Amino acid sequence: MTSIWPELEELLPRVQKPARYIGLEGGHQQPEHAPHKVAWLLAYPDTYEVGLPNQGLQILYEIINERDDAVAERTYAPWVDLEAEMRAAGLPLFSVDTHRPAADFDILGFNLSAELVYTNVLNCIDLAGCPVRADERSRHDLLVGAGGHCTYNPEPLADFVDFFVLGDGEEVVAEITEVVGEWKRSGRPEGSRHHVLRRLARVEGVYVPAMYEVRYDGAELMGVEPRYPDVPAVVGKRTIADLAAWPYPRNQLVPLTEVVHDRLNVEVFRGCTRGCRFCQAGMITRPVRERPADQVRTMVQEGLRRTGYDEVALTSLSTADFSGIEKLVADTVNDPANCGQVSVSLPSLRVDAFTVDVAASIQQARRTGLTFAPEAGSWRLRQVINKLILEEDLYGAVESAFSQGWRRMKLYFLTGLPTETDEDTLGIAELARNCVELGRRYHKGASVTVSVGGFVPKPFTPFQWFGQNTIDELYRKIGLLKDATRRMRGVQLKWHDPRATFVEGIFSRGDRRLGPVLEDVWRDGGTFQEWSERFDLQRWLEAMARHGLDHEWYVYRHRVQHEVLPWDHLDAGLHKDFLWQDWRDALAEVGLEDCRWTPCYDCGACTGYGIEHVVASATPPSGGSQGTGQDLRSGGAVPVTLLASPPRAGR
Amino acid sequence: MTPIRLRYTKNGKIRFASHRDVARIWERSLRAAGVPMVYSEGYSPRPRIAFGLALPTGSESDGEYIDIQLDDGRPSVPIAELPRVLSETLPPGIEVTGLAVLEPKTPSLQAAVTSCVWDITVTETIDEINQWVQRVLAAPTIVVTRERKGKAVTDDLRPLIRSLDVVPAAPGTNGGHRIRAELGTQPRSLRPSELLSALEPALHERHVRRLKQWIEQDGARLEPLQAGAAPAPHTTRCAS
Repeated sequence: MTSIWPELEELLPRVQKPARYIGLEGGHQQPEHAPHKVAWLLAYPDTYEVGLPNQGLQILYEIINERDDAVAERTYAPWVDLEAEMRAAGLPLFSVDTHRPAADFDILGFNLSAELVYTNVLNCIDLAGCPVRADERSRHDLLVGAGGHCTYNPEPLADFVDFFVLGDGEEVVAEITEVVGEWKRSGRPEGSRHHVLRRLARVEGVYVPAMYEVRYDGAELMGVEPRYPDVPAVVGKRTIADLAAWPYPRNQLVPLTEVVHDRLNVEVFRGCTRGCRFCQAGMITRPVRERPADQVRTMVQEGLRRTGYDEVALTSLSTADFSGIEKLVADTVNDPANCGQVSVSLPSLRVDAFTVDVAASIQQARRTGLTFAPEAGSWRLRQVINKLILEEDLYGAVESAFSQGWRRMKLYFLTGLPTETDEDTLGIAELARNCVELGRRYHKGASVTVSVGGFVPKPFTPFQWFGQNTIDELYRKIGLLKDATRRMRGVQLKWHDPRATFVEGIFSRGDRRLGPVLEDVWRDGGTFQEWSERFDLQRWLEAMARHGLDHEWYVYRHRVQHEVLPWDHLDAGLHKDFLWQDWRDALAEVGLEDCRWTPCYDCGACTGYGIEHVVASATPPSGGSQGTGQDLRSGGAVPVTLLASPPRAGR
Repeated sequence: MTPIRLRYTKNGKIRFASHRDVARIWERSLRAAGVPMVYSEGYSPRPRIAFGLALPTGSESDGEYIDIQLDDGRPSVPIAELPRVLSETLPPGIEVTGLAVLEPKTPSLQAAVTSCVWDITVTETIDEINQWVQRVLAAPTIVVTRERKGKAVTDDLRPLIRSLDVVPAAPGTNGGHRIRAELGTQPRSLRPSELLSALEPALHERHVRRLKQWIEQDGARLEPLQAGAAPAPHTTRCAS
């Protein structure tokens, strides 16, 4: 129970950005450990500046520390320079709050938000002084847990993580704490590790891979089945019904050094029913649960006052859809307590003029860039992916933005989408050129940055059956765009590395056989793979080959309807037949309306949990098409129909 | 508009925050403490605050300074209360230890400070340190060449070394021997790490603390809270 600070401070003068490791943030806690308390070490397996802002980790940090029977501290992956110093000096992974060694904790809980951090997870477990493989751990070792979006396909990490949590963590952390607390207070007798894991497997929303047997027939996966009768055959996700009951974080951490999203963040709703077919977040976080506007106001006011931030982000998957968003942002900007110095940002702007008007009204103090995500270059392909943005929506948004003083805009697109033709891909360049032309009417130097990411199919989306584009194909498509935009004045093209997209694809839909590949790449020094200067494709290809695994089978193969998917024993609340129907609709270029304002399609998210969308307004907001592809100028008066064909515009 | 100058410490874990980090910390803490600041004009208004000479990341200090333009048009805590209120808001290790209301047009800290006093703990033995210090003090010039903006610049460091004293470690402690150095900051400032490598064999630093900053004005050496302080009843200096 000692701090390793005295040893650590000897190392810090020799590393980059030592402030990453000192803690002391505004809102940080120095919890008192005790033998009867369950000690959680909450870990973000990437650098401090990427991990600190993570809201999920901060919410759990507070909820756990409010309990009498538990404490929580935080840790982040040390950068390679400090890691080398720590290994040389024999220092273990430590918490940034009280600088305790990881071994002082009972649970090492990771947030998993991207596949390329998986090797960092192994590295953190190892630095914690814990065997990396779960089956080699003893009753004295840490329990290793993980939550976050990537746990919807946990199989590639099944060899290393003792338990995974699916869905919202607010309630389930309490139940896990109770099970682990009982075990801790029992003195962890010999052989009891199995029992505590088996108890955890019975907690709703908790998946313990060691309690499940994987059956194969040759290369084919036949099923992941419980080894014991008391272990559930299918593990469902956890969903909190009422966001108002969880106004967290109450004391958002204010870092002492620069981090990403360095601002106050207030979550205005969880879930999204826009139904974009490529978007895993939108599918797995249903139903929509809005926070009451008054609570948002209070959280914004108190948060700004306490933290001293001059920027607040209203976060969600599509904040412009929040009922009464205009009034909320106007109230925030005009609050006399803010002295006109506070700006509001909407990190997920919808593509329409209405949204831009809101943005203009709130960014009077400081006008940052605007980002829109049309995602695909043609109306046809946008119907396939169900991102129902008309060209006139985009042009309306862009013109409105340029006319109100913005000079630069960023447009996000995906390439490698199902059914994508070269015509669709080149549509991206076409849209960008038209946007710049619109901008020139207002500013000589108007410019548009086009950012293109390679599409990775994700579990629990309608595209989970789709074979990802090859590295070569993605390079070819990017090449088409490079050629097309080369001579376009004011258009800048950026793209995500197709080789990284490929490795994400291996693990996004991979299975338990990938464990040894992760272990090899980690042992070979392959950490921080999401950092381009550290990414190394060759390592991954060699490790796959060494273990006899065919990357084409994992990444490029189209899955068939009745194939057992590695996550079929998990349940994100969506019926598999709904997803399959949505996949067929996608291929038939049929869009699907937002179900907040239309009859239920029975995707399963509401019915399965006995809860419904919690929205303050039963009618869609008015103005433009609101990204529905429909004319909603008169708001909720518009009859809603399923879009079987493009209503107008498009090509 | 009331210009004020605060003196503060940077001790303990927080010493690993960079100069830029500390600037951000101050900006947020001043807002969180409800201190009304004057903002710059333009698209991206920033509060009018200014810092003195950057402290190297990892060094501690008992004498850091910040100048702030207070907006008189908005309510504020009484000026004399600011050190206490701000110390509560700032992170552990940053404590406000003095305050002065400045005359208008007081020169900036960057321009006015002429020397800093440093306590530099080094790893060498007392004999090695004594010899090294004597050689430095005896040297008529210490010419170094460094790269600046891609060009080689040659400087004589000797005039910047105002004084050097050896402070042996207290017996029975493992604190290490220290050099107390007053180093000039004009026309450019000499950093402790540069001093230690000025003469071969270089000394190795274990710990660095800035004790004081001085402003020479008309032959007198003034602490920055005194230099430019308005003869107002506001001027307070905390005991610590």
